[in-house]
Parts: sequence; structure tokens; C-alpha cells
Amino acid sequence: MSYNWNWNIFWELSPEGTGTYLDLLLQGLWTTIVVSIFAWTIALVMGFSIGVLRTLPSRIGQGFGTAYVEFFRNIPLLVQLFLWYFVLPEIVPASAGLWLKQMSDAPFYTAIFGLGLFTSARVAVQVQAGIESLPVGQRMAGTALGLTTAQTYRHVLLPRAVRVILPPLTSEFLNLIKNSSVALTIGLLELTARTRAMQEYSFQVFEAFTAATILYLVLNMIVVTGMRFLERRVAVPGMIAEH
Amino acid sequence: MLADFDFDVIRRSLGYLFLDGMAFTLTLTVLASVMGILLGTLLAIGRLAGPKFIAVPITAYVNLIRSLPLVLVIFWFYFLVPYIGQWMTGASRPVQVGAFASTLLTFTLFEAAYFSEIMRAGIQSIPRGQVSAGYAMGLTYPQVMRYVVLPQAFRNMLPLLLTQTIVLFQDTSLVYVLSITDFMGAASKVAQRDGRLVEMYIFAAVVYFLVSFALSRLVKRLQARIAIPR
Repeated sequence: MSYNWNWNIFWELSPEGTGTYLDLLLQGLWTTIVVSIFAWTIALVMGFSIGVLRTLPSRIGQGFGTAYVEFFRNIPLLVQLFLWYFVLPEIVPASAGLWLKQMSDAPFYTAIFGLGLFTSARVAVQVQAGIESLPVGQRMAGTALGLTTAQTYRHVLLPRAVRVILPPLTSEFLNLIKNSSVALTIGLLELTARTRAMQEYSFQVFEAFTAATILYLVLNMIVVTGMRFLERRVAVPGMIAEH
Repeated sequence: MLADFDFDVIRRSLGYLFLDGMAFTLTLTVLASVMGILLGTLLAIGRLAGPKFIAVPITAYVNLIRSLPLVLVIFWFYFLVPYIGQWMTGASRPVQVGAFASTLLTFTLFEAAYFSEIMRAGIQSIPRGQVSAGYAMGLTYPQVMRYVVLPQAFRNMLPLLLTQTIVLFQDTSLVYVLSITDFMGAASKVAQRDGRLVEMYIFAAVVYFLVSFALSRLVKRLQARIAIPR
């Protein structure tokens, strides 16, 4: 191999003037985390709304929910981000378009918004599946007790459905963290983008990418451990037989 | 606004978009999914039935790949493949590999990890009794796999394998980060050359949507038809 290894590169100053190369990567990691958490909030709010909508006895509601899910699931994330970043400012009224274009940190907000909506369609499918996995008698029992539909969802269906879908939701959150790297195409300086920058400045390709790989693995493990803990905390004894 | 939407820029670039761009995207999707499913099946068998020194590295590989973003893996291989080529051919300098070969290798190795998880679930879903029945008939382990387990596992998992292939079709758009002319790459090159971002990106979104939506509908119908009656 004609490659010059230099693992001390991380302690050398980066040309961006904001510290060492390690600092550069950690700034990227921080952006990845912040974007993922905000996008996850959007994904949960929209995903639960659309998921519940698809289980309600309303034809129009179900139709809207299906259209929403199909729209966000059948267009690649990269294309969706381009639509929000490049196309949206052009097709809204001129003043709103100007405001969008002049927004500072536009890649940051576009990434949160785009990733959030993209992930919300996947969350919606899980929420719907979780609610539909419950015995139909649960809903009937709620009605028989005199609960309104909203109360049945709030006190009977959702608390159980959420526990059922916690493992797939964990996977969706992990996917969201990984997908945030796609936002480097609209100029978001997250972990993968910072790794690319380090590689271009220093020519230490493999050190940079090894470090990014380790950071992603650690982030992954923290989320998995945290979600396992949450699963155990909220578990209702005897509810899921196979655990 | 949409009033000055220029359909002509799409019409003028159709040949480039589909004959260059979409042809690359589809070839990459088909080859990478076929090779990914084959490799994924081997990984799944190795993981389930292999000795420890095979099963453990496979598990580590699958878990590693599945925790990394595809974009990062694309960059990894883009820089790594020339050195692998140098090592394999014994050349004195890193070997320059074409964009297509490099991305094909990347997607095959990346998707194999996901396909192997699907195949592992498929193999494990076959009742133990089937395997025992195979042994009772005097079949060897490879024969049990070949004639009893894998045909049923493939049939059960076909919808999931195809759904993953649709995901792969969408994921190939990420080769954009290497400035390769796949469908999205072609669309963005025209968009930037002619200053027609709105038209080209909306058109790309519509095409991706139609292909993925049609395929996922087909998978849904297939799912109902091929289910093994129990």
C-alpha cells in the first residue's frame, strides 16, 4: 500500500480556524445529533397524527393519510430535500420565496423539515400497524365504557400501541440519524460532510472515514441502549407474551 | 411561479435523462439487487449454520454496515476500491476503477447486509420439522437447504426482497454525491446547465414516484398471490 498513515492528524489544526480536525468532526457530530432530534420531533407529531387518521372510520381521512404516506415513501430522500431546498422557494408567492432564500441556516432548517416529513410517513405506517395489531375488542370496550373516540385513543389504544411499536420506532430513529447524512447534498455540515472536508484538507482519507465510522457506531449504540432502557421502563408486565 | 413552467426543457433532455441516466439507475438497481440477494443468502446461511469463525465476522459485518449511513459507505468504497484493486492486481499504484464498477460493488456489499437479514428471517421461519424431515429422508445439509428450506424461504420473503429492491432503486440516487450520471445526476446536470431547477427536480420526483409506486403496487398484488396456503 502506498498510503501514508497519520493518526496524529486529529490533533492538528484544521484550516477552518475553529480548532483541530477532531473538533471539526465533533462539530459535525453535534449537527447530526441536533438535526436528528428536531426532525424526530416532527416525525413523531406528524407520524402519530397521520397514523391515527388512517385508523379512523373516515373515508376522506384514510384517503388523505394514504396519499401522504405514498408521497413521502415513493420519492427518494435526496429528491425530496431538493424539492424543499431548490423548488419550494420558486413556486410559493414571491415574497415568501424571497424570505426562504434569504433565511440564514437554510440547509439546517430544510434538513430538519425534509427529514422529519420523510420519516413521519414511515412512523405513520408503524403507528397504524400498532393500532391495528390490538384486538378489536379494545376499541369496543372503550366505546362500551362511554368513552369518546378521542378518549378511547388517548387512554386505551395509543398507550398499548406505543409499547408494541417501540422497537420499530427505534429502528426508524436510527434510520433518521443515518439519513441525515443525505442533507450534505444541500450543504448541511453534518458528520459525513465534515469528514469529507477533513479528507479534502488533509488528504488523510482513511483516518477521517474511520473516525466518522466510529462516531456513527457510538451514536447508534447510545440510541439502542437508551431505547432498550425506555422499553423496559414502560413495559406492562404480561402484555407482550414473548418477552 | 408555475406559470412559466418550461415543459420543453424536459422534452429536449428526455434522451439524456432516460437513455443515459435511467439506464444507469436501472442497470445498477437490477445487478446490485441480484448480486446482493445472492451474497446476502450466503451470508445468512454462513451466519446460521457456519462455524464460529465464519458466523462471528459475518454478524459483525452485517451489524457494522447496517449502522452506517449509505452516503458514508459510498465514500468509503469510492476511496477504498482503488487500493483493493491495487492489492488484487499487485500493481504499484492504486488502480482507477470506473464509476459503474465502483458503485456496483458498493451497493452490492451494502445491500447484501440488508438482504441477509431478510433471508435469515426467511430461513428461520421454516419450521424445524421441515429440516428434520429432510434429514430423515437421507438428504445432506446442502441438499436440505437447496431443496427444502431455501425454496420456501425465498417464496415467503419475496415481497420483502422486492420491497428492499424498491428502496435500493431510490437509494441509487445517492450516487449523486460522486457526480455520477444516474437519473438524478442527469436531471441535476440539465437543471444546472439550463437554470431550470424547478422543472427538472419536479420531473425527477414524478418519475421516481411513478416507478416506485407502480412497483410497490405490484409487490402488494404478488404478496396476496404467492402466500403459501396453510
